[in-house]
Amino acid sequence: MRKLILTSLILIFVFNACRKNDEMELTFWAMGVEGENVSKLIPQFEKQYNIKVKVQQIPWTAAHEKLITAFVSETLPDVFQLGNTWIPEFVALNAIDQLDTLIEKSQINLDDYFSGILESNKLNGALYGIPWYVDTRVLYYRKDLLAEVGWKFPPKSWRELYECSKQIKSLTGNYAIYFPTNEWIPLILFALQNKAELLKQNYTEPAFTDSPFVNAFEFLSKFYKEKLSPSNITEVTNVYQAFEEAYIAMYITGPWNISEFKKRLSKDAQKFWMTAPLPSPDDDYPGVSLAGGASLVINKSSKKKNLALKLIEFLSQPDIQIKFYQLVGSLPSRKSAWNDSIFVNDFHLKAFRFQLEKTQAMPKLAEWENIMISKIQKYVEEVATGRMSVIEACNKLNSETSILLKKRKYLVEIGSL
Amino acid sequence: MRDKTSFWIIFVFLAPALSAIFFFFIVPVISAFLISFTDFDIYTLGDFRRLRFIGFENYIKLFQDELFYKALVNTFYFVLVGGPLSILVSLSTALLLNSQLTKFKKVFRTIYFLPVVTTIVAVAIVWRYLYHPRFGYLNYILSLFGINPVDWLGDPVYAMPAIIILAVWKNFGYNMILFIAGLQNIPSELYEAAELDGASSWFKFKSITLPLLAPTTFFTSIMTMIGYFQLFAEPYVMTQGGPLNSTLSIVLYMYQEGFRWWNISYSVSIAFVLFVIILIGTIIQFRYEKRIHY
Repeated sequence: MRKLILTSLILIFVFNACRKNDEMELTFWAMGVEGENVSKLIPQFEKQYNIKVKVQQIPWTAAHEKLITAFVSETLPDVFQLGNTWIPEFVALNAIDQLDTLIEKSQINLDDYFSGILESNKLNGALYGIPWYVDTRVLYYRKDLLAEVGWKFPPKSWRELYECSKQIKSLTGNYAIYFPTNEWIPLILFALQNKAELLKQNYTEPAFTDSPFVNAFEFLSKFYKEKLSPSNITEVTNVYQAFEEAYIAMYITGPWNISEFKKRLSKDAQKFWMTAPLPSPDDDYPGVSLAGGASLVINKSSKKKNLALKLIEFLSQPDIQIKFYQLVGSLPSRKSAWNDSIFVNDFHLKAFRFQLEKTQAMPKLAEWENIMISKIQKYVEEVATGRMSVIEACNKLNSETSILLKKRKYLVEIGSL
Repeated sequence: MRDKTSFWIIFVFLAPALSAIFFFFIVPVISAFLISFTDFDIYTLGDFRRLRFIGFENYIKLFQDELFYKALVNTFYFVLVGGPLSILVSLSTALLLNSQLTKFKKVFRTIYFLPVVTTIVAVAIVWRYLYHPRFGYLNYILSLFGINPVDWLGDPVYAMPAIIILAVWKNFGYNMILFIAGLQNIPSELYEAAELDGASSWFKFKSITLPLLAPTTFFTSIMTMIGYFQLFAEPYVMTQGGPLNSTLSIVLYMYQEGFRWWNISYSVSIAFVLFVIILIGTIIQFRYEKRIHY
């Protein structure tokens, strides 16, 4: 009997101890390489605040499914990383918390963030995520090839981009620029630059048959039609090799490719490649680019929101962001971090710094990812391969998207959204 | 025996199994069926008040959905080409392994059965290399015959055949074992009698082996059909349904709608349409079987 009492006392003690620990323990989910490497920064945080952090790494490919499944089973962590295009979806789910009042009490200075990126974290005027790292697309180009056809500077306008491409094509006989046909990015970029609305009336009606969008699509299709860009994905299996062999001379892509280009291009090719902000349809250089990246968000049902905010605050410090850049190459979201010599001296990064001042958020609704991937991407491919005209594609895109938006339209009408 | 006590005794003993079936099978199926008449989606997950009963709207939408027809055509292509091919390969290897001339039967049987027990994800990595347009072994073999390289997984025309080859390779071993068992059940006296009458080996195969193997063939073809209609893992790991949705199967489409876009009610209605298709397929096969059965 005494033994039993003793063991139960010990057990109670142990459980209590665990619980106490639990109160000072945060759970944090991060994806891919960021998840792998962020745990190297955490010990400093744990020491500074005496808060334990359990970091779990999730592969990008399974991230979306896993987060929603976790939401349904109520096992979301206190803090997690979210691609900023996913924020509207998690707001619709009621899974993440508004941060405005929390931020007021914290040391996070929102003026130090890039406005386009910050905007992508806002919904109906409320802030839901703090940008952790940023991502945008710029033009990678072959300096030598452009110089050979007389371009000392990269193209600054759509017209220049087109003319430059034609000249390169007649020089090399290959392609000039690479717009992957299985991507929505080139079309969305051109559409945003052309001030296309994409979706109108609080994102309940598609605007894909309006002239800004149609014109942007026509502009893109010109590159496929005149063979300035490969119109079949299988033609370029290895972008780096294609770039090296002058099979393509320009490519619009993101910051992760800086290290890839350095790694995969030969030594001789290193001095040939450069980055530049995107061309613009008018004189307002540069043209806008995507406001990409990932944010840190707080679980709405978390009981440790103040601790969670501390972690976000810590990861938002400019010096921590610089360390994070050194670990994984993710670009810092704080402007002040960019003043560090590591960024100032990197001439490939200059274009990104410049471009980041001119980014635009995409439509903010839960269905947007679906529209881009299963609709826009599909019709880019149909037009690129010449199976459909731009007008046909735009009409189809419009009708299919309005079916997709039916539920949203109803919810907006009854005022539930 | 048919008194009340025996009923309760039977019930008590069956109750654990029955309740498991009830809670984990019947309840989910019924609730899924009900969900297919609502607009359960990501908005509903966030707030249950955003659920509407919409009658047959999901089913109506489904039959107007180009992508659903595409998935349907792809799946039928896979079942109608891959299914018979798989049975044919299984039967041929079973015949080879059952032949008295074959040596090391157990070794070959094990080798042919190996793909069945390996995981598809591991297999997919190897097959992606085999299918690689420039460095793949398959294209190397084709090049020996002077055939230009084929972009197996990148070309909409070849992607489904590539998936069929993989699926047949992965699955034929299972049916092969069933066929071997079926072949061993055929009494050898029949062959001996036929030999005395001077029958050729083709005639023996046609008049003895095939008819007596009919129950096995019937069983394997139904199981293969049901399994192949549920094509999912192969395109999921190899192509994600691409290129140009040429390998999008019904189940993959259902998965994408349900777990990628969280249009749960829509995805559930796809599941019920697939159920009806498989049911019809099985009924047709049963009708056909009655005619050929011995």
